[in-house]
Amino acid sequence: MSRTNSICSEGQTRAIEGAAVSPAPIGAGRDEGMDQVPPESFSETTRWLIAVRDRRDRQAFGMLFDHFAPRLKAMLIRGGLRDGSAEDVVQDVMLAVWHKAAQFDPHRAEASAWIYRIARNRQIDLIRRRPPPAPEDLPEIESGDPDAAQILALDQEGARLRAALSALNPDQSTVLQQAFFEELPHSEISQISGLPLGTIKSRIRLGLDRLRRELKDLR
Amino acid sequence: MDRIEHHLSDDLLDAYALGSLPHAFAVVAAAHLSLCDACRARAAAVDMVGGALLEDLAPVALAPTARSRALAALDGPAPAPAPAIRGSGIFPAPVMAELQGRPPRWRMLGGGIRQQILHADAQGSLRLLYIPPGRAVPEHGHRGLELTLVLQGSFSDSEGRFGVGDVETAQSALDHQPTAGPEEPCICLAATDAPLRFHALVPRVLQPLFRI
Repeated sequence: MSRTNSICSEGQTRAIEGAAVSPAPIGAGRDEGMDQVPPESFSETTRWLIAVRDRRDRQAFGMLFDHFAPRLKAMLIRGGLRDGSAEDVVQDVMLAVWHKAAQFDPHRAEASAWIYRIARNRQIDLIRRRPPPAPEDLPEIESGDPDAAQILALDQEGARLRAALSALNPDQSTVLQQAFFEELPHSEISQISGLPLGTIKSRIRLGLDRLRRELKDLR
Repeated sequence: MDRIEHHLSDDLLDAYALGSLPHAFAVVAAAHLSLCDACRARAAAVDMVGGALLEDLAPVALAPTARSRALAALDGPAPAPAPAIRGSGIFPAPVMAELQGRPPRWRMLGGGIRQQILHADAQGSLRLLYIPPGRAVPEHGHRGLELTLVLQGSFSDSEGRFGVGDVETAQSALDHQPTAGPEEPCICLAATDAPLRFHALVPRVLQPLFRI
């Protein structure tokens, strides 16, 4: 799931395209897994993104666009862009979703988190005039049986997180939105660690064992 | 590989993920995440919060042509990628990116200690340091924050022992004298937001010269 952090590094697109052009081994493995796991148990947006990744499904992309593009526009306007520029950046981000979909791993990220990271990196790039430094890319998954239990557990973490968010008071919500959608000076970042999110964030350790194995291969 | 024991604080990790860290510190954070699966998972949790907040935003209507424009663009070529810079040897990808894909070009600092400055701006500087086995870096204090990530070997100071992947966070109050472990040369990536202050006379004189 933590590969979300590196999805926007400029250097990775090449490998992704390779994967997108010849997805057969990945897609095939995943499809077998999907037979055992009723995909309808995954959240809608995750299913759409998997369809885009494995089948280059334009209709699913359209669904993702309808759902996320107006929210991305809201995020970018929050971040200080004018209407027209926000529209352009939404186009960039959604196109990146299409081209980088091979990197989406539902074990590590919900679709919304993965798309948020693409958008945030683009926002930081625009503010700082350079893409943010990204961690080493994790290897593409070779054998594709999705671990439904892990994906569903991630969904549940997401649900718990959303419940915690809705319980915040308006001041706390404002601080969070500023931190995640605007440019926040470093000195104010510590404010968000004091929110009850801290505990939840530390609980989100899903996929860690899997990640550990993959990182070992990488070294 | 040693088990990583010294991680990024919550504040630093959040600031990295939200894009608030100056470049020098962001590179150290990205390099630590390249080596540390636990902090990667913590960063993913930050993204999860971002995703949940994104879902919560009141949608803003797009231009009527936006959807067809996006769908039409799918058939175009992918945006031209920058040349991929991958990790190499002990240097993870974000460090290789700072090195522009080349091996380090060390500059001697005396006492066998070498450095290469990778980046310097008003908000901080980033360097690679090479310390021979068993050698101490001159005692120094900080005016601001110093983040040091071990890429090879180890060092020890008043705060403990730091092995590969460990990151030391030194605030301005800390006066410390890191000593490289005996096993092999210690290579670290260090970000500072102000020039280091060395206590011994000679290093202080050399400081402007070497920008350490």
